[in-house]
Amino acid sequence: MALIKNGTQVSDQWLVAADDTPVQADIPTIVSYKRFLAERDTLVRSRAELGVKLVPGDDVSAIAADLPRLQVVALDFPKFTDGRSYSTARLLRQRYGFQGEIRATGDVLRDQYLFMKRAGFDAFQVKDGAEAQGWIEAMGELSHYYQPAADGTNAVWAERHAIAAAE
Amino acid sequence: MYRYDEFDETLVKERVAQFRGQIARRLNGELTEEEFKPLRLMNGLYLQIHAYMLRVAIPYGTFNAKQMRMLAHIGRKYDKDYGHFTTRQNIQFNWIKLEDTADILEDLATVEMHAIQTSGNCIRNTTADPYAGAAVDEFEDPRIWAEVIRQWSSFHPEFSFLPRKFKIAVTGAPNDRAAVRVHDIGLTIKKNAAGETGFEVMIGGGQGRSPFIAKTISEFVPRDNLLSYLEAILRVYNMLGRRDNKYKARIKILVHEVGIEEIRRLVEAEWENLKGETSVDLPAEERDRIAAYFRAPSFETLADTDTGYEARRFEDRDFRHWVRSNVVAHRQPGYAIVNISLKPTGGIPGDISGDQMDAVADIADAYALDSEIRATLQQNLVLPHVKLSDLPAVYDKLAAAGLATGNIGLAGDIIACPGLDYCNLANARAIPIAQQISDRFADLNRQYDIGNLEIKISGCINACGHHHVGHIGILGVDRKGEEHYQLTLGGRADDAAAIGEITGPGFSADGIIDAVDNVVETYLSLRQDPAERFIDTLERVGHTPFKENLYGPKAA
Repeated sequence: MALIKNGTQVSDQWLVAADDTPVQADIPTIVSYKRFLAERDTLVRSRAELGVKLVPGDDVSAIAADLPRLQVVALDFPKFTDGRSYSTARLLRQRYGFQGEIRATGDVLRDQYLFMKRAGFDAFQVKDGAEAQGWIEAMGELSHYYQPAADGTNAVWAERHAIAAAE
Repeated sequence: MYRYDEFDETLVKERVAQFRGQIARRLNGELTEEEFKPLRLMNGLYLQIHAYMLRVAIPYGTFNAKQMRMLAHIGRKYDKDYGHFTTRQNIQFNWIKLEDTADILEDLATVEMHAIQTSGNCIRNTTADPYAGAAVDEFEDPRIWAEVIRQWSSFHPEFSFLPRKFKIAVTGAPNDRAAVRVHDIGLTIKKNAAGETGFEVMIGGGQGRSPFIAKTISEFVPRDNLLSYLEAILRVYNMLGRRDNKYKARIKILVHEVGIEEIRRLVEAEWENLKGETSVDLPAEERDRIAAYFRAPSFETLADTDTGYEARRFEDRDFRHWVRSNVVAHRQPGYAIVNISLKPTGGIPGDISGDQMDAVADIADAYALDSEIRATLQQNLVLPHVKLSDLPAVYDKLAAAGLATGNIGLAGDIIACPGLDYCNLANARAIPIAQQISDRFADLNRQYDIGNLEIKISGCINACGHHHVGHIGILGVDRKGEEHYQLTLGGRADDAAAIGEITGPGFSADGIIDAVDNVVETYLSLRQDPAERFIDTLERVGHTPFKENLYGPKAA
């Protein structure tokens, strides 16, 4: 797998730990939502850099208080047609003010890139090789957006009236 | 009508280029059909029985002569020289090659048209009253808000992979001509006690295999909060709508299973949060910018009527009948709303040839203010602003093009889905049934005697032919390999929206034509006077006499 972040392919520093694998202090580790809730106190006290992975249906509000302690929230797409993680990403950014990495994992295709980026994702775990190149191409496919979302870009109407004000 | 600015134009062109790339990746095998399918659907491209079908968006049914000529060109160049207007104010081309699709979209983009979100599990083309801006009873033009919703919902980052498709309809008049109560969200513009404009918001209406009339979730949402309220509804649906069974995935099922009170609580809570988190609600200057496109056209100051028009009406019976059924009063003195029926006797509902499209475009250029045309939910067309003095010429030109059938709202004005002649999902043919019923009622004098009667035919339970809301509804099913037709009575999609009731055992393809005739004869024998419409007689006397005449006294 390749990781695309900030428009380029980067090496992935994070270990996605199985629920029965011990977390080591010097290895940045992503644990499951279920495990995080069960072992929260131990995990939060550990010195490890931590991430949590949510699958559609997991309630992001249950980890809201712990977000300042997390570097990564991974949101899974079991099928790319399951769009629940888009809502979760916007909640993370816009309701809970999460500043860390929101990573898309699972069935992640380049055709979803612009939707994901605007919903607040900033890292994308994709298949190796040509796929990663395709993702970088996909970044330039649309240059304006009709609605504000979670990535801070202006909606078309803001661009329109900025021009009108300048004229 | 709305005109693209540089931003709209850029986006539509970029979408064409993006889709061209997606097609290329499908053709070179980089994308599997499973991966490509949702992508092509989100751009209106279906794979049907014989070919690809491309559904082109006509936002809220409003377009113009130039765009109509482009549709004629596409029909000629890429299809079999015709197009098919749908019940969602769009047009479909039924014989498209995948390889041609990007070129077609590029042609469409030159006249500010596209196929964005005409299919797929996303927010679809928003529909509206086809008489918007012209109707006597309207208090605000719904197209302003339909355009606001079009922009907000296009390429929405959160709501493009919903559990299922999502349809929004808007009306600005008390007489609902947009069927808002059978949509996922129905919006009726209204004023509150303080005189402020807002919306009654209804959710969870729909047809398909489980029909529901929408329930009111809010009596009044201020107009400036419309988009945040819609985001709240869509987020609750995106998170909680069922994804385990596509037949239970529409918001109507969520509302039915969870209950409107709980959905209202969830939506209101989400809305409270959203209002502080996002600037999705439009600022007044953008609302005003969009509204300006929908200002009334430059009407002339005219007398209430016109002597030439009155004389022709007096002298020419056919013209008089056409006026009576197809011409509707306009709010501006001296003007009229002209309906163009796409339901000639024995024809295919909604079909129109390339030459006919050009003829409508020429007529619109010559006689319709701003060359404006509308597509209706009944698969017909409308010229919204025509001078009464021009009606004789409009009629003659329509007649020359075979487009002057005077049957709007009558027995011949049948809605039918494409059915088993085209559609992958269908169980039975719908078009030949429509044609045979149309032939059975070919005598226009009989149709005038019967009066308002809405017959709607679907070739499968997905109900694209809106049979649930037909005064007479027909549903084609497959029974042991044979086409079989169920009959429903009493459906309607207006402000008194209701789902029709099944009469009893179904009929064969031949039997259903006689059954419709039988129902009509029962009505004629029971009505109090010719002014009592079919739907009113049915409501007054109930279903029993109709069933008795269909099946005999015992069965009823």
